[in-house]
Amino acid sequence: MGKVVVVTSGKGGVGKTTSTAALGAALAQTGKRVVLIDFDVGLRNLDLVLGAERRVVFDLINVTQGVAKLSQALIRDKRVDTLFLLPASQTRDKDALTEEGVESVIASLADKFDYVLCDSPAGIERGAQLAMRYADEAVIVTNPEVSSVRDSDRIIGLLDSRTLKAERGESMPKHILLTRYDSARAARGEMLSIEDVLEILSTPLLGIIPESEGVLRSSNVGSPVTLNEPTNSAAKAYVDAARRLMGEDVPMVLPVDRRGLFDRLFGRRAA
Amino acid sequence: MVSAAPIQKKAIRFHARSFVAFALAPEAPLSNWLQGLDRWIENSPGFFLGRPVVLDLNVLKPSAGEVAGLVDELAQRGIRVYAMELAGVDDLGPGLPPVLKGARPSTLDETVTPPGQKSAPPAPAEQPQPEARTLILETPVRSGQSVFHPHGDVIVLGSVGSGSEIIAAGSIHIYGTLRGRAIAGAMGNSGARIFCQKNEAELLAVDGWYRTADDMEASTRGRPTQAYLENDVIWVAALD
Repeated sequence: MGKVVVVTSGKGGVGKTTSTAALGAALAQTGKRVVLIDFDVGLRNLDLVLGAERRVVFDLINVTQGVAKLSQALIRDKRVDTLFLLPASQTRDKDALTEEGVESVIASLADKFDYVLCDSPAGIERGAQLAMRYADEAVIVTNPEVSSVRDSDRIIGLLDSRTLKAERGESMPKHILLTRYDSARAARGEMLSIEDVLEILSTPLLGIIPESEGVLRSSNVGSPVTLNEPTNSAAKAYVDAARRLMGEDVPMVLPVDRRGLFDRLFGRRAA
Repeated sequence: MVSAAPIQKKAIRFHARSFVAFALAPEAPLSNWLQGLDRWIENSPGFFLGRPVVLDLNVLKPSAGEVAGLVDELAQRGIRVYAMELAGVDDLGPGLPPVLKGARPSTLDETVTPPGQKSAPPAPAEQPQPEARTLILETPVRSGQSVFHPHGDVIVLGSVGSGSEIIAAGSIHIYGTLRGRAIAGAMGNSGARIFCQKNEAELLAVDGWYRTADDMEASTRGRPTQAYLENDVIWVAALD
């Protein structure tokens, strides 16, 4: 039985989809069989970030409604052959998802894969609740910023009450993935510090992803940063986070990009 | 077409349910009272959302026409009146909530705990009601959660998140950081207090008197703090 992990946040735009793709690719590169499910029905993005948008035929809704078989809807990544995507439907909305449908899809995927990563839509409504419902573990993507942290706190409350695991009285392991962290700005007090975020959320940290231009650059060419720019500081941080998710003990370091001589001379003022 | 399905005989059973309702007791002049209510709602938007509200009309003693107007005024504020209390009146006519009798001031044995938290097992019905019971929460109270304990004190071992609330009949003790709102003595208890290890509260209230973050003593921010009532004034003071 594979592990079902929901990647969620409450707030939109904090990096759920980017992180799902980057973590999924990093896990798959270790040889694990990984499938990513896009739960953002109506606003699918994960196919774009993985560069699979030209190969989508069937989607999650088709499978839950029995129109297509799971094997027909799964898209194998062209770069890492243990990485698969189950795309969302762009033409439907979240009401098309049923609890039973999601349960059976996740159960059959967990049977065949080592990791099932559920990319949750933003918000706390139906789509987000179905994405987390059958998860074994949760990765909560948070930016070092007050509204994101409060929304994450709200999501943690839901993870502890609305998931199948919680209803059975079991506790769900939860991890904070702090993204878009800029140590220079945090030092100047323009961002919440890592300590502040962890104190408010009182949940263990999975990783700190530094703010990096490489992340957006990679998304725009349809490749997770961990595949597209493996030497990038954000990519390394994602690889470390993926190893921690697999249970490895990886020391937490603040990854920084090596600056050029020019940057070192003049870059201090440029944020 | 007609198929004779075996008819199962099932006894009709009535299940008793008890809920704790918030009683609003309007006073004359009504416009002043509504202003006060508006101020409360402004500070606690959504407070009455989904909560059963009963209108206690024994102070105001309005006419049937006035009642309809009052119910409308409350509906405009998002408050749905479930029932009314007015001594000596059986019914105020159709279209108005029913008149209830025999209410007791919050002697119900119920606690509302955040989902996922196990509520205390109900006390055996035969035993006399305990005076007060303490609700102990061992996990943090997360944003969006509402803990309502109409009996006694609430103790939270973790933090109380921004955008969450604790409402207790007695005192509230928080051994983490209080970032949400704490409402002590909610059913009327001027002796109730709020204690927290670190005060980042959005709102503190004791027995209906409240302070928002903006009008708390700045010196208590981030420090161990208590809130208590003295001569109908709520004081927020550092403990150290």
